[in-house]
Amino acid sequence: MVAAAQHAHQAAASKQSFEVLTPEQAKEVAAIAARIIPTDELPGATEAGVVYFIDRALKTFASDVLPQYQSGLVDVHRATEQMFPGVNSFSAATPEQQDKVLTELSATQFPQTGSRRRNQAPAASGFLQTIWYHTVCGFLIDPEGGGNRDFVGWKVIGRDPAHSFSPPFGYYDKDYPGWQPLPAETDKK
Amino acid sequence: MSQTKVSYKPSDEVDFLIVGSGAAGGVLAKELSTNGFRVVVLEQGPYLTEADFIHDELKVFGQHLLTNNPKVQPTTFRQTPQEKARVQQSVMYGRCVGGSSVHFTANFWRFHEIDFVERSKVGEIPGTGLVDWPIRYADLEPYYTKVEWEIGVSGLAGASPFDPPRSKPYPMPPLPVKGSGVIFERAARKLGYHPFPAPMAILSQPRAGRSACVNCGFCLGFGCEVGAKSTALSSVIRMAEKTGRCEIRPNCYVRKIVTDKNGRATGVLYFDAKKNQHLQRAKAVVVCANGAETPRLLLLSASNQFPNGLANSSGLVGKYLMPNCAAIAYGVFDEPLNDYKGFAVSRVFHDFYEMDTQKLGIYGGGGLDARFDLTPIGFATGALPPGTPRWGKDFKKALNRNFTRTMQIFCHGSSLPVESNSFSLDPDVKDAWGLPALRMTYQDSPNDLKLVTWMKDRAMEILDAAGAKDKWHQPISSQQFAVHLLGTCRMGADAKSSVINPDHRTHDVPNLFLCDGSSLVTSGRGQPTMTIQALAYRAADRITALAKQGNLPG
Repeated sequence: MVAAAQHAHQAAASKQSFEVLTPEQAKEVAAIAARIIPTDELPGATEAGVVYFIDRALKTFASDVLPQYQSGLVDVHRATEQMFPGVNSFSAATPEQQDKVLTELSATQFPQTGSRRRNQAPAASGFLQTIWYHTVCGFLIDPEGGGNRDFVGWKVIGRDPAHSFSPPFGYYDKDYPGWQPLPAETDKK
Repeated sequence: MSQTKVSYKPSDEVDFLIVGSGAAGGVLAKELSTNGFRVVVLEQGPYLTEADFIHDELKVFGQHLLTNNPKVQPTTFRQTPQEKARVQQSVMYGRCVGGSSVHFTANFWRFHEIDFVERSKVGEIPGTGLVDWPIRYADLEPYYTKVEWEIGVSGLAGASPFDPPRSKPYPMPPLPVKGSGVIFERAARKLGYHPFPAPMAILSQPRAGRSACVNCGFCLGFGCEVGAKSTALSSVIRMAEKTGRCEIRPNCYVRKIVTDKNGRATGVLYFDAKKNQHLQRAKAVVVCANGAETPRLLLLSASNQFPNGLANSSGLVGKYLMPNCAAIAYGVFDEPLNDYKGFAVSRVFHDFYEMDTQKLGIYGGGGLDARFDLTPIGFATGALPPGTPRWGKDFKKALNRNFTRTMQIFCHGSSLPVESNSFSLDPDVKDAWGLPALRMTYQDSPNDLKLVTWMKDRAMEILDAAGAKDKWHQPISSQQFAVHLLGTCRMGADAKSSVINPDHRTHDVPNLFLCDGSSLVTSGRGQPTMTIQALAYRAADRITALAKQGNLPG
């Protein structure tokens, strides 16, 4: 919460505004993103500026899913009110309440993790799947793509932001003596 | 250099018009222009250079910066000829100067002798159209060597006991080993296999004014910002332009090969970037548009004279598609590999290049490599262990723990040629230019599914032997998405059972040549680009000889 407040303060200070989302929608989007990749001892979606990435996406390459965001936010709002009478927005709910709302909604809507052969965007379906994908993208994209502010997403996954590296790269190759042919007698062919 | 760049008018009758600037088109452009011919290369994609190559995963993958865009070029898919195809992205290929070589992994295996003579060795395989090549490994060997030295391939000659004979060592040493390579090498040796440094079309040392690999980590799927990946763009395209006789003309989408009343090609009709049509005249046409777009263009070039499509008297244009089979196993280890650094692959083995068909009942074969080819978003959305929470603190914890500790074992294998596996024109769906969309009909043969399952089991054993903390594999099912586009205008001596002859000349049109993945008679064991380029160097020699004998255009 402290981090979120700091972030809000920074955003205000830099006068960054939204191009597509209303301030109210932005607040809800930011709250959902913050539960998908929460802030703990390490930064999360909030610190990565995911909501700004999403706003920009809805203006550019993802402009076609704006209606899905608009109706999806209404659905999340409705589910929040139904599950927690008196709580009048998702962002006003406690993190525990928010997680319950997302658990309820995500049973059918979040994409499966696991393996895919290629680096491809998952096929579009429900709103939560879309915002999940956009949140992951906004958290982990090279900052030249408008998210992953100050490389905080890469910090979380352990990717050094440098543009070039020299071996050894990690633990297993650091003592490697160099490739050696097998002794001839064990060679079968 | 810029003052030597040449440009031709569409009304100029150039010697050779090449459709496509990728792995094969680039080599043919370089060779034919070097041999004194005037060459125009039409490329449907843009002319991007190193300065345009970025690390933005969404622009590259989501917005198709370097590849065909299904929004404007929809493709359709069905498993069997009885079905109606549905719109679904079924192929991916490079759509920029340099073609798919710009974004490829750069695994650069030679084919082995068995790939050329497998039919003779194993006999007829029911349900397939497996045949021998009309050429042998020895015919291609000098050209494999030429590829290695001219475009730049890193590797260690003699390191694999299964390697075919070679006339010269690699021009530079292998790339550095990665953590995945060390883990794989140790475990594979424990199990009696023969891992070796992967031959890669990536420079391990500076060469010909190009930088060595800086291990930036954005490799498979991305263009190389330092020119270390040995793409057609970073090598042969530039050599072609330097001759002063070759024009690379980007943003030109070819819609038809035009023929005269004698059945000879006179040029091609293409759309420019503004969708205006032009006719580029040429004495001979060489189509190197890849194994999907080459057959599509021939089918689009149907006329009264050639009602089934150009060069299609055999009826085999588009048939016998072989995408190679593949399986991926994942392992997570205790300590950081940081395998995101560097190119994808550093170790491979070919112990299964020829399966023991008698013992296992499996035809073909393959290779296994150790790699990590995922960038951050691709990793987070596709490479966490099954069952990992999809959001919240445990999702984040898995990202935090696994990204630096995960590796893949990639199993690549042969595909058997099956006639119904094919590219054709979709009867209903059109692209943004109003042309019939590419339709893919494909079902893995039972043998290929058996092969890939068998190799996947070996990959899982290797991860076990390596002490992986967690391991899993991608589910295996019949493929619906192809990136290796092979076999669809196969080479052969007989005009009834093949589309091109051993000189890459179409049997039906004497000044029309095809050279790319479509020319392959068999699929190799998974890494086709090296062979496509060796074929292109050989084709350039054959075509040059024919032209010098006055044996080409009338």
